[in-house]
Amino acid sequence: MNQTATQSADLMVEMHNVNKWFGDFHVLRDIDLEVKRGERIVICGPSGSGKSTLIRCINHLEEHQKGEIVVGGVPLTQDVKRIEQIRRSVGMVFQHFNLFPHLTVLENCCIAPMWVQKKSRREAEAEAMQYLERVQIAEQAKKYPGQLSGGQQQRVAIARSLCMHPDVMLFDEPTSALDPEMIKEVLDVMVELAHEGMTMMCVTHEMGFAKTVADRVIFMDQGQIIEENAPEPFFNNPQSERTQLFLSQILGH
Amino acid sequence: MIHNQDMIPQQPAPRSTIGPLAWMRANLFSGPINSVFTLLGLYVLYILLVPTIQWAFINADWIGTSRDDCSGEGACWVFVNARFTQFIYGLYPQEELWRGNIVFAGFAILIAWLAIPRLPYKRWVAIFALTAFPVIAYVLLHGGYFDLPRVPTHRWGGLMLTLILAVVGMVGALPIGIVLALGRRSNMPIVKSFCVVFIEFWRGVPLITVLFMASVMLPLFLPSELSVDRLIRALIGITLFQSAYMAEVIRGGLQAIPKGQEEAAAALGMTYWKRTALIVMPQALKMMIPGIVNTFISLFKDTTLVMIIGLFDLLGIVQAALSDSRWLGFSLEGYVFAAFMFWIFCFSMSRYSQYLERKLHTGHKR
Repeated sequence: MNQTATQSADLMVEMHNVNKWFGDFHVLRDIDLEVKRGERIVICGPSGSGKSTLIRCINHLEEHQKGEIVVGGVPLTQDVKRIEQIRRSVGMVFQHFNLFPHLTVLENCCIAPMWVQKKSRREAEAEAMQYLERVQIAEQAKKYPGQLSGGQQQRVAIARSLCMHPDVMLFDEPTSALDPEMIKEVLDVMVELAHEGMTMMCVTHEMGFAKTVADRVIFMDQGQIIEENAPEPFFNNPQSERTQLFLSQILGH
Repeated sequence: MIHNQDMIPQQPAPRSTIGPLAWMRANLFSGPINSVFTLLGLYVLYILLVPTIQWAFINADWIGTSRDDCSGEGACWVFVNARFTQFIYGLYPQEELWRGNIVFAGFAILIAWLAIPRLPYKRWVAIFALTAFPVIAYVLLHGGYFDLPRVPTHRWGGLMLTLILAVVGMVGALPIGIVLALGRRSNMPIVKSFCVVFIEFWRGVPLITVLFMASVMLPLFLPSELSVDRLIRALIGITLFQSAYMAEVIRGGLQAIPKGQEEAAAALGMTYWKRTALIVMPQALKMMIPGIVNTFISLFKDTTLVMIIGLFDLLGIVQAALSDSRWLGFSLEGYVFAAFMFWIFCFSMSRYSQYLERKLHTGHKR
């Protein structure tokens, strides 16, 4: 282990002066963010503010052009081996679930443990069933994703990530594509996960969720972190004008 | 205000909307114009079908040895009958036909084994079919080993040759096509340009030209000691030609896979090859079954072009038999037979692909 690793043993994700451009468009500007092990962060902000891009940089689904990202003590570089090492310890849940439609629910959960972590099929399946049990969908294990509702699919997606035993979970608007009556079943799973001490970074507009579980709420606009605070002061006493405007828009009705 | 306290029980559909009579009324006789077209269509079918059946079956002559056994009122299948061995095996020596039969039987068993879902050990059978079987088939057909007399490839022909060309072409073109499709999507400039140039070259040249070049021009460039068998040259030409088409079909499938699939696989820590082999390619190939089978079918029929470089495939051997002075004037029967054989194989492929599509369907996308 190098020096950075020992210094920041309790830091899960570190972003220093991270900048990113899509062509000429400056999507992330001087992002500085540190997430401790076990900490739960909610990131909100208007669409196009760069919040999804920010968490997608952490597992290198997007590449940052300037600055430094360190995940679990491992600096993120261009090196493919390094990137894959980091991805194995970072779970991600997508807005559109992105389950593998040609595999059953159980196979969706087993494929990475079997092929990436080289577990035996039996071991992977036993563990997958445990996680499917936890997200209360074990009885659907033999079905294909296309046969499930959106809420069920998203719970499977969470279980699929958990099967890799991630150190940190990234959620990219996990409930935005769901019908209203299905949002709760997904949020319940996420709340339970938070109570178990999982490190979580969650891009969401579910302010109720933020109030319940977040240690910190981060507000982003135009590629910058505008404000960052514990949920209670963040919602009751937002400092910046833009935060106030945003909160009044999403909480106003 | 409550409308209905109790749930309304499910009721059967009205009688007039189900059953064959209702179907006919809805689809064939829904109005005066529709009815006229239906009757017209039935009439056209009648005037076409009746003489055809009379010619091909009722008035046809089946048994005999020469043209004198044919009445001339219907089809003279005696011709096909007398030449049948040749149509199937080409000029393969009579006393060695058992070798061809073994290969045919082995091929049929392997195909059936792989196609029938209930049979076990699919993986091992597939591995055998792709590795050992071609070697066994070659040794048996070509001979020169184990006291088997040598039968040079220019004596192979008929359906046997057609199947060899088609099967080798398909089995070769699919993996090469997959590699080319992946290469064309690659970020590596050299790999990408090589694949683009390769695909565009082979797609831009007619297959006839490829075969001519393979048989006429290639020997001019190669040293004379290094003479490659004509059949092998044709096989290579057909395989490379079809792999370019296959690559584009598969690339179309790859493009239809949502980006999120690759991202989800990447987020789970999978390497490029695992993402491709486990997540992206199975979905792309499944989606592209119609396109792949379409390419296979056209490949199967394109094998007839080897006639122009002096190989006698099914159509070529039929054509050759037609010029036999003892059987002049039976070209219709010969062509109908050839067409029928091709149709059987192509139609089987088409049906099997539809079955595969249904079998691999796992609910809606994503």
